[in-house]
Amino acid sequence: MHIHKLEKIWLVIGMAMLAVFLGIVGVSAFAQGMQPPGGGHHVIDPDKVYETPPFDNPGLEQIGEKEYNAYMVAFVFGYNPANLEIPVGSTVHFQLTSADVVHGFQIPGTNVNMMAVPGEVNHFSHTFDKPGEYLILCNEYCGAGHEYMATRIMVK
Amino acid sequence: MDHALTATKQEQAEAAAFDRRDASLVLAHVLLAFGALLLGGVAGLLQGLVRGGVITLPGGIGYYQLLTAHGVLMALIFTTFFIIGFLYSGMAKNMGGALTDTARRLGWIGFWLMAVGTALGTVMILTNQATVLYTFYAPMKASPLFYIALALVVVGSWMSGYGIFSHYRWWKKNNKGKMSPLFSFMAVATMLLWQICTIGVAVTVLVQFIPWSLGWTDKIHVMISRTLFWYFGHPLVYFWLMPAYICWYVVVPKVIGGKIFSDALARLAFVLFILFSVPVGFHHQLTEPGIAPVWKYLQVILTFMVIIPSLMTAFAMFATFELYGRSKGAKGLFGWLKFLPWKDVRFFAPFMGMLIFIPAGAGGIINASHQLNTVVHNTLWVTGHFHLTVATTVALTFFGTAYWLIPAVTGRTLTPKLNRLGIIQTIVWVVGMLIMSLSMHTVGLLGAPRRTAYTTYQDYPDALGWIPYQVVMAVGGTVLFVSIILLVINIVLLLRAPKGYTEYPIAETAETAERTPRILERWGLWASLVVVLVLFAYTVPFAEMLQHAGPGSKPWVTW
Amino acid sequence: MDKRPKAQEHERHSLKGAFVSVLLLGGFIAVSWFGVFLLFMSRG
Repeated sequence: MHIHKLEKIWLVIGMAMLAVFLGIVGVSAFAQGMQPPGGGHHVIDPDKVYETPPFDNPGLEQIGEKEYNAYMVAFVFGYNPANLEIPVGSTVHFQLTSADVVHGFQIPGTNVNMMAVPGEVNHFSHTFDKPGEYLILCNEYCGAGHEYMATRIMVK
Repeated sequence: MDHALTATKQEQAEAAAFDRRDASLVLAHVLLAFGALLLGGVAGLLQGLVRGGVITLPGGIGYYQLLTAHGVLMALIFTTFFIIGFLYSGMAKNMGGALTDTARRLGWIGFWLMAVGTALGTVMILTNQATVLYTFYAPMKASPLFYIALALVVVGSWMSGYGIFSHYRWWKKNNKGKMSPLFSFMAVATMLLWQICTIGVAVTVLVQFIPWSLGWTDKIHVMISRTLFWYFGHPLVYFWLMPAYICWYVVVPKVIGGKIFSDALARLAFVLFILFSVPVGFHHQLTEPGIAPVWKYLQVILTFMVIIPSLMTAFAMFATFELYGRSKGAKGLFGWLKFLPWKDVRFFAPFMGMLIFIPAGAGGIINASHQLNTVVHNTLWVTGHFHLTVATTVALTFFGTAYWLIPAVTGRTLTPKLNRLGIIQTIVWVVGMLIMSLSMHTVGLLGAPRRTAYTTYQDYPDALGWIPYQVVMAVGGTVLFVSIILLVINIVLLLRAPKGYTEYPIAETAETAERTPRILERWGLWASLVVVLVLFAYTVPFAEMLQHAGPGSKPWVTW
Repeated sequence: MDKRPKAQEHERHSLKGAFVSVLLLGGFIAVSWFGVFLLFMSRG
């Protein structure tokens, strides 16, 4: 099959560019730990969320000087717990599930953006370097009250 | 029989007017498509006005109902009906001049199954029994009739595909040893892809959703249903794009007076679409739990492979234009631009689709870039993206096609006045879309969510800052609705245009000395390779989902 | 009859304009990608 010389050059350039993108995100994910949310299986019975550890005690659990686990449950139409408060500079490891339908969990201005899927626990970590009041909103349609589903994180 | 004589008879048949029975089939599909576009457009206009804070909805209709209607009617109904109508027209035109009786019959069976499904689904949505959006994610549970409606549309489309395959097989049998004409090759490739990818949505709807919504099973495995849906949901966009590419590769060169740049590379591009648009659904699930990162990344790599045939197409389009311009004496790097028929809507509308595909495709590459997805997931950026891809690139190409297709099949004329009205309608669309989509991309990067009614999250400062962008979106959406009205008017005028002959533009290839490799038409080979790739990309993560399955979710009606 | 091989058939007219056009397209892709990448890194 004849391919014009300039087309060959373009395709090599194009594929090289795509390879660079894949390399950057691959290294950043697998070598530097900046993976998308998730990370394998952590199964839970969606009807028994509040009876199943750690969600039987939703909220913050301090595990280090500036390090917390945040066990959170999304539901129609809010988050449990609501209105978290953490000290500035803290790293929070969010563990998130849903008690009913699929919800989103997004903190605008950060890379925290993941799905709360009933039956699974999702994981994502973020370090809150800047103080302020952060919004957690649900960005996955979940029903009539979807546009009201939100809470706040106070970082002091 | 003398081959030269047979060829001439065939050419004559293909140049003749459309068989009226084929014209009815094509027209039925095209008109239903535009009916869906109009209804979906009303929904879209109202959504834009609500999010812009311009109106509140009257009792009796909810934002999320409108959104469900908009998604289903635009992304499933308008597209599928137009595509099938267009493909049938081209199959008839370039393979024998008319459809076989079998092909036509299958075409009608498909049309009616899909039409009944569409009507049933629309009623369910408008009566608030299926306010689940066009992705109908579990465990939100719609009325069983909604899922049955979807099944009817999908099964109907399979019948449509079998009609196209049947006509193709008939032609191949009567033209032994000949390579299929390019349009038909691409049509078969499109419906083959469709058949392969709809298996996913068919399995989840028939095996999971319908029994569960009827109460025959009490739980549903949510991750499995999502994975089966997105196995379908990504190739769906290539089902939309490939017919647009057919117009670009086969029709546009004829419209400008040029030739197809490379028949072989065009076919290769379509084979690559078949192979690499399927095993990539995880790039729509990058922020989900229950899928190991390595499998997400693998499917990201496969996603990037499917960019390559579009890079090839970009070169082919520019090359087609440049070769034509230079053959007319164009000089300099971009002199050929002056030779293009900007005032011909049959060129102008698809060309604007091509141009917009540049930012559209760039956005798509970003969306698929593994962890970068968290910047844009479920924000209005994504909405901006697909309004550029399907709602501009594909839609404008389809509109530009309709302007000649409708008169061509009905034996009427695309008059200079209608051509001018078409140009105006296209420009209004582009203006509206640029306003709306640019705003969506920007406010999405600022964090504004998609699929969400008007809210300021209790006056959260950033959220208040999103509202001005949403007002701009409402302006753009209104302009787009005006364009839809213009389009509908133009279609009515086309149906009443003076009788005459409108060309069905099918280009010839520029190549003279080289044959296209026959391996490109070995459908069994390519279909088998897709199966291998799908098994490679999905077996382990899918098995892990099944193995680690919890008890599943009961039904929820949250609206 | 002109049986010029394919390579020469195509090379008869320049495709430099097409080539530059796709390079511009590639440039657009690169700039937009790195823009979002930098945004991602700044928010991490």
